[in-house]
This record gives sequence, structure tokens and C-alpha cells, in this order.
Amino acid sequence: MTPPRKKKMNLKQRYALMTRGLDWETSYQKMDDVFPYDTFEGIKITDWSKWEDPFRLTMDAYWKYQGEKERKLYAVLDSFAQNNGQLGISDARYVNAIKLFLTGVTPLEYQAHRHFAHLGRHIRGVGPRVAAQMQSLDELRHAQTQIHTISHYNKYFDGFAEFPHMHDRVWYLSVPKSFFDDACTAGPFEFFTAISFAFEYVLTNLLFVPFMSGAAYNGDLATVTFGFSAQSDEARHMTLGIEVIKFMLEQHPDNLPIVQKWVDKWFWRGHKMLGLVAMMMDYMLPKRIMSWKEAWEIYFTEAGGALFEDLSRYGLRVPKYADIATEEAEHISHQNWAIFYQYTQAAGFHTWLPTDEEMAWLSEKYPNTFDKYYRPRFEMWREMEAKGERFYNNALPQLCQTCQIPMGYTEPGDPGKIGFRSTEYKGERYHFCSDGCKDIFENEPEKFAQAWLPVHQIFQGNCGGADLGDVLKWYHMDNGADNLDYSGSPDQQQWDAWQAARKKVAN
Amino acid sequence: MAVIALKPGYAEAVEFRDRKENFHGNQVVYLHWEEHLSFCSAIAFPLPPEMPFGALIEELIPTYYGMHPDYQSVNWEQVEWKIDGQSSTPDMSKSLADNGVGHKSLICFRTPGLNGYRGSCS
Amino acid sequence: MAGIVSITLQNNDEARPVIESILEDNPSANANYMPGAVKIDCPERLVVKAESVSERIGRDWDPQEIHLTIVSMGGSLDEDDDELVLSWGA
Repeated sequence: MTPPRKKKMNLKQRYALMTRGLDWETSYQKMDDVFPYDTFEGIKITDWSKWEDPFRLTMDAYWKYQGEKERKLYAVLDSFAQNNGQLGISDARYVNAIKLFLTGVTPLEYQAHRHFAHLGRHIRGVGPRVAAQMQSLDELRHAQTQIHTISHYNKYFDGFAEFPHMHDRVWYLSVPKSFFDDACTAGPFEFFTAISFAFEYVLTNLLFVPFMSGAAYNGDLATVTFGFSAQSDEARHMTLGIEVIKFMLEQHPDNLPIVQKWVDKWFWRGHKMLGLVAMMMDYMLPKRIMSWKEAWEIYFTEAGGALFEDLSRYGLRVPKYADIATEEAEHISHQNWAIFYQYTQAAGFHTWLPTDEEMAWLSEKYPNTFDKYYRPRFEMWREMEAKGERFYNNALPQLCQTCQIPMGYTEPGDPGKIGFRSTEYKGERYHFCSDGCKDIFENEPEKFAQAWLPVHQIFQGNCGGADLGDVLKWYHMDNGADNLDYSGSPDQQQWDAWQAARKKVAN
Repeated sequence: MAVIALKPGYAEAVEFRDRKENFHGNQVVYLHWEEHLSFCSAIAFPLPPEMPFGALIEELIPTYYGMHPDYQSVNWEQVEWKIDGQSSTPDMSKSLADNGVGHKSLICFRTPGLNGYRGSCS
Repeated sequence: MAGIVSITLQNNDEARPVIESILEDNPSANANYMPGAVKIDCPERLVVKAESVSERIGRDWDPQEIHLTIVSMGGSLDEDDDELVLSWGA
């Protein structure tokens, strides 16, 4: 037997070889002309070589491990499709969570791919450039594997077919879309802070871990597999996020106030956007693993607490309004589900009222709020449904100028009262759902005054027409199939037929 | 504070998307029934500024809020109005504009004694 | 608050020897099982030793193989040929 071959270089040496000395100081062009984006935000970098990827992942190792992950993932996907895996899910209502994921999240993966490619070209330091290039490839892989996985559901269920088109047009999808557009139109360091730190490090666990675990619990083998396959990349993206923050803070003391402002902004934006995930976890998973509030406690209060305690040595403090966000964790999923229930006619997935059993779970998980504020709302709607007068909101909602979500969030400390905030800029009024969103606007009014608010766009005549039918057509939403309640939907009819066929076989 | 932009003159070149001129003679007005949060948020309408304020009670509110169980019990004499956060006693025969309702104004109304399904603010 | 570090791994055959090694090499570590994954929390510092994993699987385990099973983490990471360390204040 031959002894194992000794590696020529250790990991640190290999990383140094593959990420250093790869570029040069320009001679006949100014470095600032070659890298026009990485200084205007005011972030001062004195020594780019101080950047180090803690995983010390090099391109050769990257290809090797990514190739292995892909092989495993595609074996599962193939088997899922071959064996009609869609029959094994807990309930067809579950599929609606995947619809929201595909229309809301997958296009962001693609946006992230594009923007990390941009950073992979435009950051002066070679260390972060290599990391950004890898992440760009990761994000493309995520978009592709998600589309590939979910294409199987598209064969059997409504609501999937027009996802990229919907992402660009549908009212609630403007929430994630504008979030990412905001990040991509910022400078490279703000983008890193927004996406790599605030989103990937501080908040992404709240999206992927409970959601993928939920998929595992609801029998969705395909989604679990792409989710965890993507999540293994996320761990690397998280290290990039924390690395970039430390790097900026270590490079120059002037960077702290800029970074703090970005952390405050992107924490708040992320918190609002993840309210969609809160609703998925508390209302859309037929079998639930944990409540949004519990996930918030584990992943923000506990994990985020340790993180910000660590970062306090640089003078960075916990994001502004973190206490308000924590209070809102008791409300946000209920408020969001109520929004979609009353606008089900314009949603690209199905809605329903929670069952008695589900309401009991919500009471148990939300002892301070559910029975007092939200149970009566659902019970009123249930009574109306029983009378054949299902509750629809037939007017369009007022939207927040910053997060673009209907302004349905209540005052801190007073869940019976909507929180209204407004400001004037150049003689015009702007409305916000919260102090956090108002602050963000006031820091960059020129940017947010340009917001493409779906409701105002409909009024301006830019969305196919004035009637619901016109707008749905413009959304490419198939009225009567993609939208409205789960009860009575083609999805439900098909699922019930499958279950009946299965019973027949069992007998 | 102003946006920090790469392009010189960015702030001056910005085109604001929701200027009143873009709404074909209408102005955006938001309407909210306090303590009735089963209507998830204030609701938005493009309305002519010359529309009489009374049309809110006669047309819009019955159409868009009429399905709420509290609606039939509303005593319109007692309703408390707020326009852009200020208490107001609107003249129903006068126009929205004459009552101080402008582009993107928020009109809130409260119905004393009626605070949602089983008093839950829903 | 003592800074908790954490690592979340898939709960599958490939990750199991890694999970076992972590729990043995970090006596204060605590494993929380959820569907499909396990989140291991540990006060201050958590180490994944290549040697421990290699012993369990009967071949050389490269710490970079963690990329095949990791789901998430909390803490600052440092990796070399022998181990992967999560800690605060690094």
C-alpha cells in the first residue's frame, strides 16, 4: 500500500497563492478610473491585503465541492420527479408557500448573481473580489436549482408559470424587488452591508433554516434538498458578511458612522421584508415547526445578540429599532396573513382561514396577542364566509413609500391603532408604516421619492387598466386559478382527486 | 440628509414618480376607519379635488366599508374626522379641496362606541 | 450574555460523524434537533477537529468537506488543515 501523498501546500499557503498577487497597479490608466465605484460612498480603505476569507476557499476547492453538491442535489431532484414526489407532501396548501418563494425569492437570487458579478469586477481588493465572484456563481446556482426544483410543481399546480413576469409587476412582489433594487443601486460597500451582512448574516437564517426545516417536515423532499444545498453556500456568504463589516471598521475610524447607518437601514428593511416569511411559517405550513416569534428569539435575539455584543468592540451598536422589531414579532405574521386574505383576488397564491386546530396553535404560540387581536378578526371572517359573504377588501391599500407594504402595521404598544408616519419633501407628502421606514426615506429622499408604488401606478394608468381583471391580465395572473381561496381552487380539486384515488387503492 | 451619489447632479435630475400631474386630474386620497383593522390599512382612491366631501359618506364608504357588521350602526352625526392628523369638521357640501384635502392626504374617521367586531378593533 | 457560537449541519449520514465529533470534542456543546438539520450551540468557542472526524470515517477528512453539510453558523470562523474554529472576538 502506498502512503497517502503529502499535500504540497497547506490551506493558508494555498489561499495566499490563489488570492494574492493576481492583479497589478495600473500605469497608463488611473486606478480610480479602472475602479470607479469603490470610493464614492466615503468608506476609507488603507490596506486591501488585510482582507481574508476565513474559510480560505480557493477556486479549485470551490469547483470541487460545488460539483459534488450539484451531483447530490440533482440525484434527489430526478428521483423526486420520477417518483411523483408531489403526492407525498403534507397537504396541497403547502405548495402555496413554494409559490411565494419562487415568485418572491428566486428572482432575488438572480439579482444577487448579477450584482456580485459586478462587485467581482469593481472592488479594488483582490480578496473580496474572489469572494464576490464565488458568491456570484453561488447565487446563479441557487436561482437555477430553485427554478429546476420547482418546475416539477409547475406541472401540477397553478401560480408558478409566470414567476419572473410576476416578480416585476405584482403589487406585493414589489416589496422584495424594490428591496433588492435599493441594494443594487447603492455603492459596493452598502451592497455588502445590505446583502452580505444585514441579510445573509443577521437575517437569512430566519428565511432558510426554519423554512427548509418546514419543507422537511411537510414532506417536500425537493425543496429541502435545494434549500440545504443552497444553505451550505449561505454559511460562506455569512462569513463574507461578517468579514466585510469587520474589515470596514478596522480599516478606518471614519467608517463607523457610515456603516452604522447602513446597518440600521438594512436591518429594518430586512425585518419588514421577512414579514412575508413570518406569514409563511405561521400560516402556510400545514405542519409547523416553530413560530415566527420563536425563530426571531433564536436567530435574532440570541444569535444577533451575541453578534452585536462582539461587534461592540468596534463601536457598532445594535441596529436602531431592534426593540420595535422584536415587539412586532408578536404581530407581523398575523397582520400580513390578514392582508393577503382580504386581497386574495389579487394574490398569485391561495389563501384560507386558519382551522380551529391551527388557531389553537397560534393562541399557544402567541399568548399575548393572538386571542385578543387576531382570533376575533378570523372569526368574524369565518362567520361572513359561512353566510356566503366572504370578506374582500375591494379598494386598494395605502402603501409605505419605503418598504412598499400596505400600511397595516400597528403603533408600538397599541395594536388597535394603525401606525401612520408622514413627511414632506419638496412640497409633496410621503407616507410610511413606521419610524424605521420614515428615517430611511429622510436619509435619501431623492432615491425613495422615485419609488414605483404599485397602487399609484395602477391609478396613473400604467398597469393594464383600471379594473381588477385588467390588472390581473397585466400581471399574467390566471383569474380563478392562480388567485382566490384554496377552497374551491383547481389545486384543491386535483389534490382531493389524488387523495380519493389513493383511498380507493388502499381499500 | 441627502443621498450620496456617484453621478454629479443626480439629486437635481431625479423625477418624482407620484406628482399630482401624473394622476390625470385626480389626486390620491387615503381613507381610514379607525379601530376597524379588519380593513388592513387605509384605502387609496384617485379622486377629483372638486368632489364634494359628502360623497365619501354617500358613495365611497358604503361601497368599501359597508360589509362590516358595525357599518349599519354608524351615526354619521357623531363621527369624528381627521384630515392629515388634524381634527376637522368637514363641510359635506363643499369640495375635498375646500375642506383642506390635498394630494396624498389622509382622512381618518372614528365612530365612537363602535370599535370593531366584539370590540377587538377588527 | 456569554457569546454563544453555533453551527447548524444537515442531519444526514454524511454529517453524522461530524456532529458526533463536535459533541465529543466540545463538552459544553448542546445539540438541538429539528426536521432535517441539527443546530449545535456552544458557549464562547466550538471546534471541529479533522482528526476526530477522520477517525470515525476511516479516512482523511478535509475540514473543507464541511461545505457539503453545513447549513448555517454563528460566530467568527477560522479554518486551517487541522480544524475549524468558531469563536467570538477573533
